[in-house]
Amino acid sequence: MIGSLDTTTLQHLWWLLCSVVGALFIFLTFVQGGQTLLWQVAKSDLEKSLVINSLGRKWELTFTTLVLFGGALFAAFPKFYATSFGGAYWVWVLILFTFIVQAVSYEYRKKENNLLGEKVYELFLFINGSVGILLIGAAVGTFFTGSNFVLSGYNFVTWTHPLRGLEAAFSLFNLSLGLFLVFNARTIGSMYLINNIDFSATPELETRLRNACWTSFLCSLPFLGYVLVSLLLMKGYTVDGNGVVSMVSRKYLANLLANPWLLGLLAAGLVLVISGVLSTAKTSKTGGIWMGGLGTVLVGLTVLLLPAYNNTPFYPSKADLQSSLTIANASSSHYTLTAMTYVAIAIPFVLAYVAYVWWAMDRTKLTADEVQSEAY
Amino acid sequence: MIENFDMSMVNWARAQFALTAMYHWIFVPLTLGITWIIAFYETLYVKTGNEHWKHITKFWAKLFGINFAIGVATGIIMEFEFGTNWSNYSWMVGDIFGAPLAIEGIIAFFLEATFFAVMFFGWNRVSKRFHLFSTWMVALGSNLSAMWILVANGWMQFPTGMAFNPDTARFEMQNIMEVILSPVAVSKFTHTTSSSMLLASLFIISISSWFLLRGRHIEMAKRSIIVAAVFGLITSAVVGFTGDEAAYEDAQHQPMKLAAFEGLYKGEKNAGIVAIGMLNSDKKPGDDQKPFNFQIRIPALLSLLANRSPGSFVPGIDDLVYGNEEYNIMGAGEKIERGKIALSALDTYKKAKKEGNGDMAAAALASFNENQEYMGYGFLEKPEDIVPPVATTFYSFHIMVALGTLFPLVCLAFLYFTMKDQLLNKRWLLAAGVPMFFLAMIASQAGWVVAEVGRQPWAIQGLLPVSVARSNLTAGTVQTTFFMFAILFTILLFAEVRIMTKQISIGPEGE
Repeated sequence: MIGSLDTTTLQHLWWLLCSVVGALFIFLTFVQGGQTLLWQVAKSDLEKSLVINSLGRKWELTFTTLVLFGGALFAAFPKFYATSFGGAYWVWVLILFTFIVQAVSYEYRKKENNLLGEKVYELFLFINGSVGILLIGAAVGTFFTGSNFVLSGYNFVTWTHPLRGLEAAFSLFNLSLGLFLVFNARTIGSMYLINNIDFSATPELETRLRNACWTSFLCSLPFLGYVLVSLLLMKGYTVDGNGVVSMVSRKYLANLLANPWLLGLLAAGLVLVISGVLSTAKTSKTGGIWMGGLGTVLVGLTVLLLPAYNNTPFYPSKADLQSSLTIANASSSHYTLTAMTYVAIAIPFVLAYVAYVWWAMDRTKLTADEVQSEAY
Repeated sequence: MIENFDMSMVNWARAQFALTAMYHWIFVPLTLGITWIIAFYETLYVKTGNEHWKHITKFWAKLFGINFAIGVATGIIMEFEFGTNWSNYSWMVGDIFGAPLAIEGIIAFFLEATFFAVMFFGWNRVSKRFHLFSTWMVALGSNLSAMWILVANGWMQFPTGMAFNPDTARFEMQNIMEVILSPVAVSKFTHTTSSSMLLASLFIISISSWFLLRGRHIEMAKRSIIVAAVFGLITSAVVGFTGDEAAYEDAQHQPMKLAAFEGLYKGEKNAGIVAIGMLNSDKKPGDDQKPFNFQIRIPALLSLLANRSPGSFVPGIDDLVYGNEEYNIMGAGEKIERGKIALSALDTYKKAKKEGNGDMAAAALASFNENQEYMGYGFLEKPEDIVPPVATTFYSFHIMVALGTLFPLVCLAFLYFTMKDQLLNKRWLLAAGVPMFFLAMIASQAGWVVAEVGRQPWAIQGLLPVSVARSNLTAGTVQTTFFMFAILFTILLFAEVRIMTKQISIGPEGE
């Protein structure tokens, strides 16, 4: 069956798969959100240890999902990989930097002779959770607002802005998307920690986390509002049957209306996130993360599908409209997409064992005793 | 195709990739090897119920954990560097090269990342058997990850299972099984993983020797050594066998690399291997100077290694650069000429297609097809450009082989004296054992230097030189990030070494 799929279907399927991985990554940034909460919610060493150890059991999952997101884009849309990474150089390098320092911080922070001291590793975690996520949001924002590049006849990319990608962070829309992701990560980060930790020894930590969930959510609202309203009103990029790209008014509103299921995803996602927030912040329940997490996945999926489907260039060029990338002109060959689709059959199995291990490891909450005996 | 080569930028990008890869390779071989040994120790614990094995497992796992994080951190840079610094490469071969990277993510990384958490934090959260299963999964995941990245690397050394598409001006995959099962990929994987297992064995021998010299944790150190020495001895044999296979594959697909690592300028029959040698640093391809100031050679062995036939002809650097009619070897000069014809025909083809001139497009395509085998050479300027840095390749190869010969002897000596229960009396052996890990690290790094420096100037052997594979960046930009990465990685390496040595000196808990 997979072998008989045509190129267009495969391109749509692979954008969907990449978007699912991207949306799962946005959910898993609860780790980064938790990192930025550390100094705010954890006042004692024990509280810090609980937060760090709870997040530290999941950071690799987030990291791996980011790597897979990159790998899947490379395999399925190599022209995007080449154009964006080779062009928007500085934004990607800085994002990578924040993830390098994160990767070592959990392991090194509390170890003796760690050279830089505990506080520096905690600062690394904060930078990863704030600057890293903000820049990822700004980079994703360029899917809507466009970038500054020109492709030669042989697809060699020339970036036309001296900041090489960092200029994305100076657009109000991109910045708002980035800040929304930062505050959303904090919102779901507090939900995750509420779910994962046994607070019997640290009741104040629980109170602070529930408060942080509410305030982070309130902080995210203006940015979310600005992004949503802009999406409905802004001009967007479109591509016609001959591959000619042009600008049209209210393109993304048109995309939503042309694909009402996207509208459904967005609405369901927002309702779920709000339910998760209310459950965590206004009740004593601990399961808010599942609603908040699923809601984040659905919102993330909408944000990633909206600029690519319905004849929309997902990586538009402001400098030269005809250099813009669509899922049709940026994709791998029919053969590669087909081969990769066979491999993608493994994804449900991977999700199943990840879910099983998550359940097996988190059946009992993380206690103060445990972080004192067996911990980072 | 790409004008204005900026070799300064290309060289900084090369340096940055070399830096990242070499830092990455400080941490990864230990991960690849030690996870199997830890899984074996834990199996002994689960089978026997002896708590000693649990302490041993947890001690080595702790050191592995410290090492793992920085391996992950340097790894992510390598993946994204293909895009940031080698974007034209990413576009031109992404159709083939991207797939193994994505498969690595789906099949291997999640296995590693998911079960890593169980391995470290699951001792009291899951059953003994599930914990053991998780440790084996981490070992399997990390080695599967190596497999896919080495499939990708093997394809760069020996591009197969694909064709150039003149309409998209890129290489496209035609047969994924050919890419996965390419003999070079298989050889890369088996040689890399077996040498990593040997390195991990020597890591355990080094630290255990240090404990024994100090009279600490004697029981744990002796038990650790038995398993590590047996493991090291078995993997040494595999390393030798797969190393021989790797050299054979080089001879078949990258004869210039073989000639460089043997310092062979004039090809010959019954070619000998240089056992020890000092290169003449003034020697240039095509001149009459002696290639060596001093050398000891073992006759006919290189011919045997290269072609499985002691009397066979092995081409030298001069034969490959200037051609050799007697053995029907085309010189690089002719390849460059034909490559330039191919590139020019491709340009004409694209223009004709744009203008809708069918006849001109067909003629240009015919000319391109006739010469496309040499298209990559069309980017080079002179025949000598195909010669990699000979001294670096030669010395790296010989250091690797010399150390690779020493290691099984060391493992054998440790095994023998441990079995005879005389290890504690043999302080000379323990003292010799301590630096073995560092020597293994040098051998392992040297192996990659041979593989990667030896294939210069090619990003994709024969098809795409590094000068074309690059991104459109200034040298200053790449230089800046080179130093950013160099400083950060060095700081993190220092931190790792300090933490690691402290944890080693603390020793295992419960002993």
